[in-house]
Amino acid sequence: MLTYTIRRLILAIPVLLLISLIIFMLLKLAPGDPTAQMPLTIPPDVKEKMKEAMGFNKPLLVQYALWLRQFFIVEPLHWCDVLFGTHFATGLQRIISWQTRSPVFDIIWQRIPQTLTVVGMSYLIGVLIALPIGIVSAYRQYSWFDQIGTFVSMVGFSVPTFFTGVLLIVIFSVELGWFPSIYDTTLVVHDWASFAKQVRQMAMPVAVLALYNAAQISRFMRASMLDNLHQDYVRTARAKGMGERVVVLVHVLRNSLIPVVTVIALGVPTIFGGAIITEQVFKVNGLGQLLITAIYADDVPMVQTLTFIFAILIVLFNLVADILYGLLDPRIRYD
Amino acid sequence: MTDATMKADDLPEIAPPRSQWRDVWAQFRNHKGAMIGLAVLVVIVLFVFIGPLIWRIGPEQMPTDALTLIRSKNLGPSWGHPLGTDQLARDELARLMAGGKISIAVGLTAMTLSISLGTLVGVLSGYFKRLDGILMRLTDLFLALPLLPLLLVMVMLFRDTIAHVLGLEAGTFILIVSAIGVTSWMQCARVVRGEVLALKEREFVLAAKSIGTPPRRMILRHILPNVLSPVMVAATLGIANAIITESALSFLGLGFPPDFPTWGRLLYDGVDLMQDNPGLVIWPGVAISLTVLSVNYIGDGLRDALDPRIRGR
Repeated sequence: MLTYTIRRLILAIPVLLLISLIIFMLLKLAPGDPTAQMPLTIPPDVKEKMKEAMGFNKPLLVQYALWLRQFFIVEPLHWCDVLFGTHFATGLQRIISWQTRSPVFDIIWQRIPQTLTVVGMSYLIGVLIALPIGIVSAYRQYSWFDQIGTFVSMVGFSVPTFFTGVLLIVIFSVELGWFPSIYDTTLVVHDWASFAKQVRQMAMPVAVLALYNAAQISRFMRASMLDNLHQDYVRTARAKGMGERVVVLVHVLRNSLIPVVTVIALGVPTIFGGAIITEQVFKVNGLGQLLITAIYADDVPMVQTLTFIFAILIVLFNLVADILYGLLDPRIRYD
Repeated sequence: MTDATMKADDLPEIAPPRSQWRDVWAQFRNHKGAMIGLAVLVVIVLFVFIGPLIWRIGPEQMPTDALTLIRSKNLGPSWGHPLGTDQLARDELARLMAGGKISIAVGLTAMTLSISLGTLVGVLSGYFKRLDGILMRLTDLFLALPLLPLLLVMVMLFRDTIAHVLGLEAGTFILIVSAIGVTSWMQCARVVRGEVLALKEREFVLAAKSIGTPPRRMILRHILPNVLSPVMVAATLGIANAIITESALSFLGLGFPPDFPTWGRLLYDGVDLMQDNPGLVIWPGVAISLTVLSVNYIGDGLRDALDPRIRGR
């Protein structure tokens, strides 16, 4: 298992390098002037100097290498400095956002808590809803519960999140006035009243995303339970005289959870990146919204860094899913 | 198995052979959700393509004098405008039809592109062992890309250039369709590759090979017809995916230009006005959701109907 993990980690390096090259080239090959957004009052020769300072006159490969160096060497060194009070990164250029002129990673660090509370919470709730629904749907296949569950999950992943979000806003903010339609990030939770306010402003975005996540995971859970319910070992367990509860919740459930756990692991990167639309609808200023504003503002370093971080997360959690599969299922051995 | 033999005994003589597609249709008809989905989809397609012939108000038609324009802005449903009017006094029903035309066209074209790419990659990597490694690595690489962010970046960066070359409407259409197609072929490629790998071990392929069939005819005559069913399922799901992606792009303001209504764009334009006129948000959203839902149900039914293990049970 350890050798397999190490081999996969080593294999991930060329994949990530290739992805970073794709992202870099996509942004570089795009037509358009990087200084186009600057005020027209800046004289052309100053503009040229700014371009030079940003490193646009160097060959593409050098620019790419410089970005990789900033991403993989300068930034970790900087965080090492912050944590341990060392001085490795003094004088080294960090990745700077063109919008705000501050380091990209500092801004990302500010945005992570919002994304994690809203999107992470919705993923958690989605999983917690999906598992029991999947189990009951499979155990009572074709019952009314299963039919409704199937329909709701079909609706859940057919109706786009921007429509459910807007619909909830129309109903609960505009008509009924129960929940605020805009997420207030400056709210500090210090007592019960502010906690209730936080819960109220989180309710709608979390509900939208939780429905979407639960729809997908409950389908996987149901299919996986159905696969296992008709296996011979289940009949053996029943023949041994075990109670129905033990058979379903211990024998079948534990085996069915194996593929579902990997599906859940594969979905984790979307917590960080995938909720772009929902964050935009409810004005949550998390990572997705950061990406959108950066794209609108032609902030190349920010877009590049964020997309690459999302790619790293996807590769990483693919690996985690494969390893989990091996750990949970003793029949699968990678060696 | 036992059921089938018992039935055969009951019959006085052997029933005439039936074509495979009739069996598939018979099974498909048993799937209630899929039949409802098909009916809804047919209604939507008729609404979008035949509707404008009956409902003669144009999607861009506005009252010419300022006073009527201001008076007929953001109206509720009435006989003249069954779904009301938008912020520029244009008829919402007509705009919904025009938007649906583009949304469905985007869905179909992007699906065709992604299915062709996926089938090509899948057949090549399944059939030719030498290409398998590199093509599957490529597929894995594409699966590891953060797709929505990249789509947004692609549209943002190339929109103006392509619009300059091909014109605003055609340029945006081609850009969005190809961007969606290029980022959604991977699932299809994987499924097709698996099928091809299994088919290669079958006797009829061996027989065809032993009489000297060249690879090209082998693929066209023997492999492709047999991978049709998974491709068809992937195609239906591909339409749904493409429609959702297009409307998501439009919703984020990175899709079609404002004067070029698609369902996503209509929804996006309606968000600012949803307090005064919630219909502007709800109708396009309902249209997208109904289309995608019905297509997904059809895909579900097709999957069951095309699976010979389920069919005939």
